[in-house]
Amino acid sequence: MLFKFLISSDVKSSEITPERIYHNRREFIQAGVGFGAVAALGFNIPQAGAETTALKNIIRDGIYDTEEKMTSLRVVSSYNNFYEFGTEKDDPFRNAHSLRPRPWTVKVDGHVENPGNYDLDDLISPHALQERIYRMRCVEAWSMVIPWVGIPLAEIINKLGPTSKAKYIRFETLYDKKQMPGQYRRVIPWPYVEGLRMDEAMNPLTLMAVGLYGETLPNQNGAPLRLVVPWKYGFKGIKSIVRISFVERMPRNSWKIIAPREYGFYANVNPDVDHLRWTQASERRIGEFRRRKTLMFNGYAEEVAHLYSGMNLKKNF
Amino acid sequence: MSLSQVKVIIHFLAMLPALWLLWQGWLFYDFQDNALTANPIKYIHHFTGNSAIRFVLIGLAITPGRKIFGWNKLIKFRRMMGLYAFFYAMLHFINFIVLDYFFDWATITQEIIKRPAITTGMIAAVILLLLAITSTRGWVRRMGKGWIRLHRLAYVIGLFVVTHNLVMVKADLLVPMIHTIIFALLIGYRLAAWASFFYNRKRKNA
Repeated sequence: MLFKFLISSDVKSSEITPERIYHNRREFIQAGVGFGAVAALGFNIPQAGAETTALKNIIRDGIYDTEEKMTSLRVVSSYNNFYEFGTEKDDPFRNAHSLRPRPWTVKVDGHVENPGNYDLDDLISPHALQERIYRMRCVEAWSMVIPWVGIPLAEIINKLGPTSKAKYIRFETLYDKKQMPGQYRRVIPWPYVEGLRMDEAMNPLTLMAVGLYGETLPNQNGAPLRLVVPWKYGFKGIKSIVRISFVERMPRNSWKIIAPREYGFYANVNPDVDHLRWTQASERRIGEFRRRKTLMFNGYAEEVAHLYSGMNLKKNF
Repeated sequence: MSLSQVKVIIHFLAMLPALWLLWQGWLFYDFQDNALTANPIKYIHHFTGNSAIRFVLIGLAITPGRKIFGWNKLIKFRRMMGLYAFFYAMLHFINFIVLDYFFDWATITQEIIKRPAITTGMIAAVILLLLAITSTRGWVRRMGKGWIRLHRLAYVIGLFVVTHNLVMVKADLLVPMIHTIIFALLIGYRLAAWASFFYNRKRKNA
């Protein structure tokens, strides 16, 4: 808890607006220097994630961006569900410094023409980075607006060349207790697994993110590579991906394994289908007092509703 | 130290969670947005809920504490612990009604009725209210033996709050499990005491 006060004395949070961090790097760097100074005093203070570096040549075409007010970087990187680093919301921020996001290898296997172990850079750098300002709706009924940086998953898939047998894509998070101390406790049957139907994976909204706010991903946000599927609940956005498999049958995703009555495979944001223990009709945008109405497909119905035409979404939740 | 001095100290300790919450609320108001986390309402909800459960458990621990350690004076604090459980449960409830759903009664009623996980907490809160109202000397006198019977509902409260706690948590059951185990031990102690009481009586009669 000590470091909270040290941070707040460096740069008062009221002085930081997301836009200013974003557009005035100097202030952001000063905040970073504050961290460094504290660490240098020899206290055992975890650094907020590890350092991030600026990403270059980001395309900002804004086609899919929401105009809503962005959630500050500070909040996006300190309020996380990432059970690999602990089950409290601020655990990832405090514990994720042990993750080593570089070098990073991603194993590609299954029904695909180009399987193998890919270095992260080989997977990403052939493609132009794009910024996408998306709404993020957690299954726990809170939401944020986050400027991700990444590449459409479709571009990676096209390069890997799935065969006609590949109906689904399956992702796995790193399983390494030393880097992810939360895995010492078996809260989830590690490693964390998520998946998408191939047409969902190919949708232009689906992003493989490597950064946010113009910098590489903080560890607690799933460095160095994570999935972002804005019309689905946040838990579909699997973090720190080490394996991508092209499979014939629907993957068994972690939360569905743990509580199949509460979490489905599709996990589309849907105000009409309640969670067993709370309503999904409304949500709290972080930083706002009153709840707001949850939108069908998190407001992305125009882009994705056609994927589910004719499907019973109450059954396939 | 006199009893009233001890009571002042116990009051202070029992108020600490609430004071801490107020202080964090002040920090939050002062734009230190790490206080109360980015989602203060959820944080307050968990914090007040956990505080309420712990005072229920402390209240249920008074009798075993008296018997095991021979500290008969502990009984002087039982009502106080019950009332603090009620106090934190009310903060928890008010947070749910006011901050979380902001008097959206349609949703609130639906949530309470439709979701067993919330219903269990609600039932416990209603019983707590009943016991809090009847906790005064006047009620004890007026109700006579009925008062003891009514206040045995404290065990039901215990059962409902640990259940509520267990089913509301998403995956990490560590803390609710600790609450449940403590509750089970406190109930187990009573069952063992009753069993030995009847066993001894039988032997005496034989």
